Amino acid sequence: MKKNKNPHEADLRGTLISVLVVGVLIAVMWAAVYAMYVAL
Amino acid sequence: MHLHKFEKIWLIFGIAMLAVFLGIVGVQAFTQGQTPAGGMEKIDPEKVDVTAPFDDPGVHQIDEDTYEVVIKAMAYGYEPSEIKVPAGKEIIFKVTSKDVIHSFTIPNTKVNMMVVPGQVNEKRYTFKEPGTFLILCNEYCGTGHHFMHTEIEVVEE
Amino acid sequence: MIIHSERGPLAGRRTSSAVAGVTAASERKLALWNIGFAYTAFLIGTFCGLLQVFMRNEMIQLPAWLDYYQVLTVHGVTLALVYTTFFIYAFLITGMSKALGSFGPKVARWSWIGFFVAAAGTVWATIEILSGRASVLYTFYAPLKASGWFYVSLALLIIGTWIISFALIAHYVKWRKANPGIMSPLFAFMTISTLAMWIIACLGVVAAVVFMYIPWAFGWVDTINVELSRTLFWFFGHPLVYFWLLPAYMAWYLVVPKLLGTKVFSDSLARLSFLLFILFSIPVGLHHQLTEPGVADFWKFLQVTLTFMVVIPTLMTAFSLFATFEISGRQKGAKGLFGWVSKLPWNDIRFTSLFIAMVFFIPGGAGGIINTSFQLNEMVHNTLWVVGHFHITVGTPVAMTFMGISFWLIPYLTGRTLTKTTKKLAFIQIISWSVGMLFMSTAQHVLGLLGAPRRTQHSNYSDHPTVLGWFDGFFSNTATLALGGIILFFSAMLLMVIVFRLWLIEPRSEKGDLYAEFPIAESDASATPRWLENWWIWIGIAVALILLAYTFPITHMIQDAPPGSKGFINW
Ligand code: HEM
Ligand SMILES: [Cu+2]
Ligand SMILES: [Cu+2]
Repeated sequence: MKKNKNPHEADLRGTLISVLVVGVLIAVMWAAVYAMYVAL
Repeated sequence: MHLHKFEKIWLIFGIAMLAVFLGIVGVQAFTQGQTPAGGMEKIDPEKVDVTAPFDDPGVHQIDEDTYEVVIKAMAYGYEPSEIKVPAGKEIIFKVTSKDVIHSFTIPNTKVNMMVVPGQVNEKRYTFKEPGTFLILCNEYCGTGHHFMHTEIEVVEE
Repeated sequence: MIIHSERGPLAGRRTSSAVAGVTAASERKLALWNIGFAYTAFLIGTFCGLLQVFMRNEMIQLPAWLDYYQVLTVHGVTLALVYTTFFIYAFLITGMSKALGSFGPKVARWSWIGFFVAAAGTVWATIEILSGRASVLYTFYAPLKASGWFYVSLALLIIGTWIISFALIAHYVKWRKANPGIMSPLFAFMTISTLAMWIIACLGVVAAVVFMYIPWAFGWVDTINVELSRTLFWFFGHPLVYFWLLPAYMAWYLVVPKLLGTKVFSDSLARLSFLLFILFSIPVGLHHQLTEPGVADFWKFLQVTLTFMVVIPTLMTAFSLFATFEISGRQKGAKGLFGWVSKLPWNDIRFTSLFIAMVFFIPGGAGGIINTSFQLNEMVHNTLWVVGHFHITVGTPVAMTFMGISFWLIPYLTGRTLTKTTKKLAFIQIISWSVGMLFMSTAQHVLGLLGAPRRTQHSNYSDHPTVLGWFDGFFSNTATLALGGIILFFSAMLLMVIVFRLWLIEPRSEKGDLYAEFPIAESDASATPRWLENWWIWIGIAVALILLAYTFPITHMIQDAPPGSKGFINW
């Protein structure tokens, strides 16, 4: 039972994974365009 | 101010990612001369035709491996209109404008330069393959803007 | 309508982030006028958008008195400058009245004056554009020269926004004096951050317009310093995009948790992120000038670095939003890693619209990081990629957030309700906008990488093979761009129907009607450090950063300037 009142102790595993997925997405997009640039 | 442990992880991850991006472009730009087009040389926009090097626009060989291409942009065209350069050699493009802002852009290359009156813009680029490349203006310059284009012929060394 | 007076010391003491009263009648009227003005601009602007996508495919021909670039100028001005600005003030005025209590007579008077000045400037600018005296696009780069009155009208628009801004600031200052030692409500804090940034940012464009463009356009001086005028424009131009974005962030931080039945994730981090925007959204304008001469690489790269810093508050925002989702889901009994996703109120159009807006901002933000990556900018600068980019930053995350706000703000202001029928229409509207934008912006991104220029009417460039690649394939096809544009226009017209219904047709709301409420979540400021609200510290650092980033390049442009340019009217 995780029912913490204080949001700082809240269970945020889903959040962490979500933002990391977003981060990876950004990195992939950036790397793709960078690779295209270098190939020119 | 309290940070959730996961938020710390995320911020460290995010900031590290940004630092890597910045590091990569910074190192590539400043150690390999891959900076975007630029230049600090200035010119009187009214006297472009009589100011060197724009009094003699066109392709000039500088040394064995380097060519200079001097271009004047104006509504709605480029001078000279015929440009022929070798592949595999470093080309230094030098452009300025006789009137408004234009661009000198060669799609499928790294050449994408703003052409600003009063300034000389410069970009070094080496074509890998021969072929006929399109040159176009991608900065709005008036009603004829979409007609402003020419070609550059890249020939075998 | 009874107006609850929430002014005075009591209001603040009860709770520092009080979800105070309701918005007073006179502020409601002012907000509605702003919204009406905004949606009139939206109607005109999206129609121009439709014309553009048709013309890029040679599907229509304009009458002789109108050309592509006039249409594009109107599109940029009406949507990017007018729709956004007036909607933002409607939102801020309503929220400030709700959060801090109703306006005093002076604040009320000056916000009306500001509205009329800004509106007059806008109408005047539109007339100048349509009569063919100002086909200079909304960035009005010199030495293309519009009529002097065009620049005067733009100055009026900005001055009008300053007047409203200072009226709102005065309202806030009065509240602070009446509530010493208390953190202001988060809505007010965010409003003041946004306005502080806006006022500083406008200094650049005002300096350019007043001291450079107007004397030049009226012929008092012969020439203009082109590079300086561009630099002052972009001093303003980048924070301009944050001026659009921050009110959307306000809705994400404050409205979303309320809709989810929870609180703001972290009051202090929310405030900190807005302060970071004041610091880092201004000294970065050179990232729009990376491929041009007249600025040394060092200064370009310094501002690129500062631009990367401005990503950080957005990273913080992303975390807060997901955390809000997860916490609310878990409060509702969600299990596992992603159980909270199914607990989100997907049937609530107020939420779903904002959620989709946030999703679009993920590729939007990623594209922004690419654009500012120094030499990578050469790949995309002034290509259709950029057009794709700002349609999935301002054109969707911001615009769709404003649509989502409209679904409850207009009922809140008119005292009507959102009926089932309109709610269905709203879902169709939001979904069609998403689909249309997916087609249009993806095509634009791809075409841009293939070198297709922005701000350019259809051209086959002497049938060069490069151009054939822009009409071939699925996403690499100008026709797909048009398909998206047509769907978007349908969606825009549907939105006009919805706005009309909410304004004039829907039944009166009853007590307790959710859609007739202004949803602001509670934010617990008890642990928020006081120094976060010491504006002088933050504005001081912002000014220091601006001086660091701009003093040298601008001094150089003035002292070492080439002979200026006379004006050109190339249309
Ligand atoms: C019906 C919906 C829309 C359509 C079909 C549409 C279409 C377009 C197209 C095709 C262009 C590029 C023209 C060119 O570069 O040649 C454009 C430019 C632009 N759009 Fe939209 N758009 C729509 C909605 C919006 C919205 C909602 C916003 C902002 C809130 C917006 C802001 C802009 C801006 C700022 C430009 C650049 C103008 C310029 O280059 O001067 N658009 N739009
Ligand atoms: Cu042009
Ligand atoms: Cu920017």
